[in-house]
Amino acid sequence: MANPGGGAVGNGTLHNCKTESNCVQGGHCTKNGIVREAQQNGKPHINMEIEESFEEAPLHVMVFTYMGYGIGTLFGYLRDFLRNWGIEKCNAAVEREEQKDFVPLYQDFENFYTRNLYMRIRDNWNRPVCSAPGPHFDMLERVSDDYNWTFRFTGRVIKDVINMGSYNFLGLVSKYNESMRTVKEVLERYGTGVASTRHEMGTLDKHKELEDLVAKFLNVEAAMVFGMGFATNSMNIPVLVGKGCLILSDELNHTSVVLGARLSGATIRTFKHNNMQSLEKLLRDAIIYGQPRTRRAWKKILILVEGIYSMEGSIVRLPQIVALKKKYKAYLYVDEAHSIGSVGPTGRGVSEFFGIDPGDVDVLMGTFTKSFGAAGGYIAGKKELVDYIRVHSHSAVYATSMSPPVAEQIIRAMKLIMGLDGTTQGLQRVQQLAKNTKYFRQRLREMGFIIYGNDHSPVVPVLLYMPGKVAAFARHMLEKKIAVVVVGFPATPLAEARARFCISAAHTREMLDKVLEATDEIGDLLQVKYSRHRHSARPELYDETSFELDD
Amino acid sequence: MDTWRPPVQGICLPRSASGPARTGLSPSLTAQARGGGDQRAAAPAQAPPPRARDVTVPRHARVDVPVAFRKEAQRLTMANAAEQWVLVEMVQALYEAPAYHLILEGILILWIIRLLFSKTYKLQERSDLTLKEKEELIEEWQPEPLVPPVSKDHPALNYNIVSGPPSHNIVVNGKECINFASFNFLGLLDNPRVKAAALASLKKYGVGTCGPRGFYGTFDVHLDLEDRLAKFMKTEEAIIYSYGFATIASAIPAYSKRGDIVFVDRAACFAIQKGLQASRSDIKIFKHNDMADLERLLKEQEIEDQKNPRKARVTRRFIVVEGIYMNTGTICPLPELIDDIDLISANMENALASVGGFCCGRSFVIDHQRLSGQGYCFSASLPPLLAAAAIEALNIMEENPGIFAVLKEKCRKIHKALQGISGLRVMGESFSPAFHLHLEESTGSREKDVKLLQEIVNQCMNRSIALTQARYLDKEEKCLPPPSIRVVVTVEQTEDELERAAATIKEVAQAVLL
Repeated sequence: MANPGGGAVGNGTLHNCKTESNCVQGGHCTKNGIVREAQQNGKPHINMEIEESFEEAPLHVMVFTYMGYGIGTLFGYLRDFLRNWGIEKCNAAVEREEQKDFVPLYQDFENFYTRNLYMRIRDNWNRPVCSAPGPHFDMLERVSDDYNWTFRFTGRVIKDVINMGSYNFLGLVSKYNESMRTVKEVLERYGTGVASTRHEMGTLDKHKELEDLVAKFLNVEAAMVFGMGFATNSMNIPVLVGKGCLILSDELNHTSVVLGARLSGATIRTFKHNNMQSLEKLLRDAIIYGQPRTRRAWKKILILVEGIYSMEGSIVRLPQIVALKKKYKAYLYVDEAHSIGSVGPTGRGVSEFFGIDPGDVDVLMGTFTKSFGAAGGYIAGKKELVDYIRVHSHSAVYATSMSPPVAEQIIRAMKLIMGLDGTTQGLQRVQQLAKNTKYFRQRLREMGFIIYGNDHSPVVPVLLYMPGKVAAFARHMLEKKIAVVVVGFPATPLAEARARFCISAAHTREMLDKVLEATDEIGDLLQVKYSRHRHSARPELYDETSFELDD
Repeated sequence: MDTWRPPVQGICLPRSASGPARTGLSPSLTAQARGGGDQRAAAPAQAPPPRARDVTVPRHARVDVPVAFRKEAQRLTMANAAEQWVLVEMVQALYEAPAYHLILEGILILWIIRLLFSKTYKLQERSDLTLKEKEELIEEWQPEPLVPPVSKDHPALNYNIVSGPPSHNIVVNGKECINFASFNFLGLLDNPRVKAAALASLKKYGVGTCGPRGFYGTFDVHLDLEDRLAKFMKTEEAIIYSYGFATIASAIPAYSKRGDIVFVDRAACFAIQKGLQASRSDIKIFKHNDMADLERLLKEQEIEDQKNPRKARVTRRFIVVEGIYMNTGTICPLPELIDDIDLISANMENALASVGGFCCGRSFVIDHQRLSGQGYCFSASLPPLLAAAAIEALNIMEENPGIFAVLKEKCRKIHKALQGISGLRVMGESFSPAFHLHLEESTGSREKDVKLLQEIVNQCMNRSIALTQARYLDKEEKCLPPPSIRVVVTVEQTEDELERAAATIKEVAQAVLL
């Protein structure tokens, strides 16, 4: 542990939860709560200030947003009508004549949204990249001659686009350089595939090496790695819980977590995003009233949360959840897909961020896709847990194991972060990421954008609300050679479409400034600076000297 | 507590009275009440406590019947013998009764009526737990451990560790062997061309993509690979996934939803089972490769449809089969089954020596997955170097179409050589490069069977033939296949090696089983 004393880790000012208002912004914070009971029990723990805001949009914005969807839908119906009568040409692929008498493969309504709303703006997704997804990348230029139904490549390459879309938190993805020598060697020696499962003939020495390293990195007893991050969740949660167990899942959990929970056969209840009162109520009720109908006690209760929520940019309230979990004897599963490597003074994820013993989290899950610039995921924790996973994981028995060069990339990246390569480069990257995050978020807020989430989260969602502005924002940004992710329904609530910036340690101040400048300009153009808490020159809470490094 | 007490008393009070009261104006109550009424008049005490049905009112007694009992009394009286004048006596008695008595009984009657019509007996609502009780319950509850303990000598905890590449020659637990266990059918794992292509990609793109396909995770190599796969499979479009298992497991729920029907072969692999489970569709399982059984199920469904045509109009039906069944090594009788396939899902982790999987078919079908395939939309895309490796593997396959005939020939050879081993039976097609060796006679316990087979595998390993048992999650499989050793044939295995493997298996099996 970096800091056994409790809370004084990291870069925030210290506050007592009891006295500190939860929402620094005051008012307008509907999504958060704090645990009263958890704090009353046991010693009052001092906590890092949680600065998270979810400012509500002004009423007129919501009205216009819904109106936008309404108009879009009306036009959709009109065009569907025209297509039906052959007045407008239908560009979508259609079912074969021979199968026209089958029950339709898709319900018409299912595709209404895709056909009439998504299709108009779909040039903003699946943009093809043709270089390493570093801080800059190259993109293939594509145009559409039929309003996005099909695309045509012009053959030109848009060079040096600033990449604000990839989860390259630590900047460890780049084209080949000398630091990737071991990856090359492994590739040359092992080849790319494994062609067997972990239980049969697919456990390579590389996998073993990686697993030992992951356990060491996370400061836990053991770890197991899997070939795909998504599958790590969806194929291992069913191993841990089943019928007669209860899953308490954050409402904004990633699809893979939700799928894993569904496949497990356990009863699932969701609590409001990061809302401790909601979680505690569910926990109490679950224990007191037991299973519905049979009234038997639950066999076990598993709380599923994520470290950083990728669409909200919020960080899980881990200290409160750990307190609740201990009080109610539930188990805790934290998906650190976005937080491992990206938060905490030395990049060990949310437990380090809050100064919590990783042993307090029963199941640590994470992926190697983001900070480590590879692919796959891990489950880590106590040895008994990992042994059980090794034996029973669906992935270990039925899925091909991780590609050796991918494993080597993770090993290399992890060693770098841990400083095992003999340099402080990894640590510098973690710190640079924290700095960049702080800077970028602060500047955006000053400009008057509504941004969601935690001040320390390198995922920065900027709220745009209206579907039309989503497309305009992404297109204008691309014109200025900036690639940014925009998301709307169904990945977010209908009226909360947003743009998402992913900060990387590899972004230089110049790049960030260029992005900020462009965002500012386009923000004015599109009138998306909705925040009513515009505050310039906020006092600098950031104190660089408070960093305490792991030794 | 304070808010709680009154209701309890509320219950207690009426309860003593209510027991009888709730049974209505039951005869027994009638008798009791009458008894009470008779106290003053020293009563017809001689009569034994009357039983319900045959209560009689003694004619000579001074009957003092409360008003409300009049009807009851009437009924009883009439039942007795229609002696009209009893009524007169009763009315008379009423007049004679003192006022306080009437008032008292009147109140009692009103009370009974109230009890009859009031619905205050919500016992459950009143059993609200107190805060203290709740805390006690929370204190009491003990969850099961997160995971049950696993014995240290579980085979899965002591799995084979391969040092170095898992290709033709393989070092398992420090012992050099010839690999008959990895699905490296075309021997491309060790192919220098594949490695060179992957390396070139590594130089250009690095390793990871850092994003899902939608969010800057689509690389030109992905588009190339999709194109190549579509052409190779002679279909309109292909879509790639970054994990073989997730391919079919995501594709099925993209189409089949709750209420739809999927007909599936009994021997379908685990990924299909999981896909079906995720789809929450109605699953109909037919016997392995038994087209008659499938037809029977389809006919049953037709009858069902006729009963409920409205539902049938919106119920999609799917048939899911495997090309070569991983669990059995048998091939699906496709020509008998259908003349056209809507969707083919395949894996790039075996013959293509890469990682990931793909689906291909008509654009109308495939394109849907780009927004609905969960493993496609919500997962990071395939590392470019793996996509490049797959493209190169496709090149090699297209350049040497003869490679498949070679493989087929090798399969036939070893298949033939393995026939007639006493104690072991070969399961699977003669041209299938992966087939199973089952015990001819089970010992009766799966555990023992597994041990026997493991002994064979271990001894073969000692003699430089690397084999593996087919592993399953015994408790999770819908239809658990019997334990077996899986033999994988690759083009790299020489005739000599094939013969040696067959001879070794034969000898070892004889030594172990006889």
